[in-house]
Amino acid sequence: MSYHNPYTPPRKSATFDDYTLAEIRRAAATGIYDIRGAGTKRKVPHFDDLLFLGASISRYPLEGYREKCDTSVVLGTRFAKKPIQLKTPITIAGMSFGALSGNAKEALGRGATIAGTSTTTGDGGMTDEERGHSQTLVYQYLPSRYGMNPKDLRRADAIEIVVGQGAKPGGGGMLLGQKISDRVAEMRTLPKGIDQRSACRHPDWTGPDDLEIKIMELREITDWEKPIYVKVGGARPYYDTALAVKSGADVVVLDGMQGGTAATQDVFIENVGMPTLACIRPAVQALQDLRMHRQVQLIVSGGIRSGADVAKALALGADAVAIGTAALVALGDNDPHWEKEYQALGTTAGAYDDWHEGRDPAGITTQDPELSKRLDPVTAGRRLANYLKVMTLEAQTIARACGKNHLHNLEPEDLCALTMEAAAMAQIPLAGTNWYPGKGNF
Amino acid sequence: MPLRELNSALHALTAGSNDTEFKVINPRGSHAVAVGVDAPVSVQIKGSVGYYCAGMNDGGAITVHGSAGPGVAENMMSGTVIIEGDASQYAGATGRGGLLVIKGNAASRCGISMKGIDIVVHGSIGHMSAFMGQSGHLVVLGDAGDALGDSLYEAKLFVRGTVKSLGSDCIEKEMRAEHLAKLSEILQRAGITGVRPEEFKRYGSARKLYNFNIDNAEAY
Repeated sequence: MSYHNPYTPPRKSATFDDYTLAEIRRAAATGIYDIRGAGTKRKVPHFDDLLFLGASISRYPLEGYREKCDTSVVLGTRFAKKPIQLKTPITIAGMSFGALSGNAKEALGRGATIAGTSTTTGDGGMTDEERGHSQTLVYQYLPSRYGMNPKDLRRADAIEIVVGQGAKPGGGGMLLGQKISDRVAEMRTLPKGIDQRSACRHPDWTGPDDLEIKIMELREITDWEKPIYVKVGGARPYYDTALAVKSGADVVVLDGMQGGTAATQDVFIENVGMPTLACIRPAVQALQDLRMHRQVQLIVSGGIRSGADVAKALALGADAVAIGTAALVALGDNDPHWEKEYQALGTTAGAYDDWHEGRDPAGITTQDPELSKRLDPVTAGRRLANYLKVMTLEAQTIARACGKNHLHNLEPEDLCALTMEAAAMAQIPLAGTNWYPGKGNF
Repeated sequence: MPLRELNSALHALTAGSNDTEFKVINPRGSHAVAVGVDAPVSVQIKGSVGYYCAGMNDGGAITVHGSAGPGVAENMMSGTVIIEGDASQYAGATGRGGLLVIKGNAASRCGISMKGIDIVVHGSIGHMSAFMGQSGHLVVLGDAGDALGDSLYEAKLFVRGTVKSLGSDCIEKEMRAEHLAKLSEILQRAGITGVRPEEFKRYGSARKLYNFNIDNAEAY
């Protein structure tokens, strides 16, 4: 009897998978690491791993569409003479003119204003269009200080000192030369066409003791009117939150690793920082330990997509959330309408992340005048407003089902976790148990 | 007068205000003295100040008759700030205009990320000065510390004494007639006499790091 070796299918390495191999070849061919926009694409424990329990015999729900469920939030109640009052706890995160087109920034302002919430400048200064179309505008105070000036500080509604962001805690930014138009170059006091590095730390302060004085200076310049936020990337949320409070912040903005960026090294985005879900409870614990929960407001960002995510973030103790990537999608980013053009760029709708190259078919992450024209700021603003309103309604729906007459009345007790990882990170019991994995050891 | 009242009074000034002369006595190292000034007012500070004195000054003429802590005249827009003594770290950081004169020495990171300000230091400056300087002029009558002008953009640096070392992408450049003229004008504005522009060397960006190139990786 003759023996034939049975067919053995080729086996690819789990370690050296197709994507990894392609990245090695790309690095070898180009001599440069991959730079891209957006946040982490790896799967990490997230709000999807939490569920609401809803009301039953032990607690009763509120009638949908009939019984009131408040969504308003006031930010900056600790020291500011003029706190910000928003109709919804869903704010628009900082994104720069430069990274985004003027039309995109206008659309964000329009949409946020219709929905009764705030939008935020970015690393590039404040434009007149953005100020004009944003009822409530938060002005970012960044390490680069591009375009920073006292007049804009005074015409802002709040000031956000950016220490870090979730996509790259500890990292700065890079706006590549191809996006540096005449106007962007002028606003940033740099020659046209060169790569613009955004510093990773502030030029005139280091550490919490300095930050306290810096906050005091900004308050003095603005006569103590403006709420002052401190934004940190999700790295050491307990200590960063505590130190921000100690430094005198009115609001802490905490951005997990799903939070987007305009342009950063892929290796940074995928390997530095913590998932949003893991950041919230330590930050809330810090506020509670300092008896500052609800006195200093906490805004959570990084991967917020739906009203369910909003409700879960608030149930874990946040006062508000911020959206960036989702807001761009609402405007039209990565829309299948432009699929042919995405394919011409070697990608596909839903995966396009070369935001730094300025060739965005949707006209959002670009400074190309022709591409920018594709985005009608009025229509796009309306789309964003619709999305914000849907998210708010979704969060209300869940809150009513849990018997809450304000989104802020949601609490950890309303939640259960689907996985042990999520249970441990969010300090929520595993569904069907009273087990809190890892509790007691933040 | 408490700090809040001082800054509030300075901010309340409008065009045509009669109060154009302010004197601050015994500042005792206070932080944020005379910040956010946005009127052509004279502020004489009799003593040393802490952090961020004259921060974001826009049009004021502010003199510190003492020394200044970190970040003096940070992000200045216009006007003049004179420090009779020494200045700590980050003097003139991110300044976008105006003139900062330090009659003593300045510590590290003088003119960091400067964006159009002119800074004149009678003495010497510390390390990493003019780091990522984008625009404006830094004039040093004494010496400069390590890594002068690291990652420099288009700020122009003039040093009369020695430079301990230059930072990445910063090189000595030819002093042409237009540079001598500009330097002469700045020295005159700063009230400096007896010093000739020809005594200085000019430093600026080699512009090799303006667009990323993997072969320059060792410089990053």
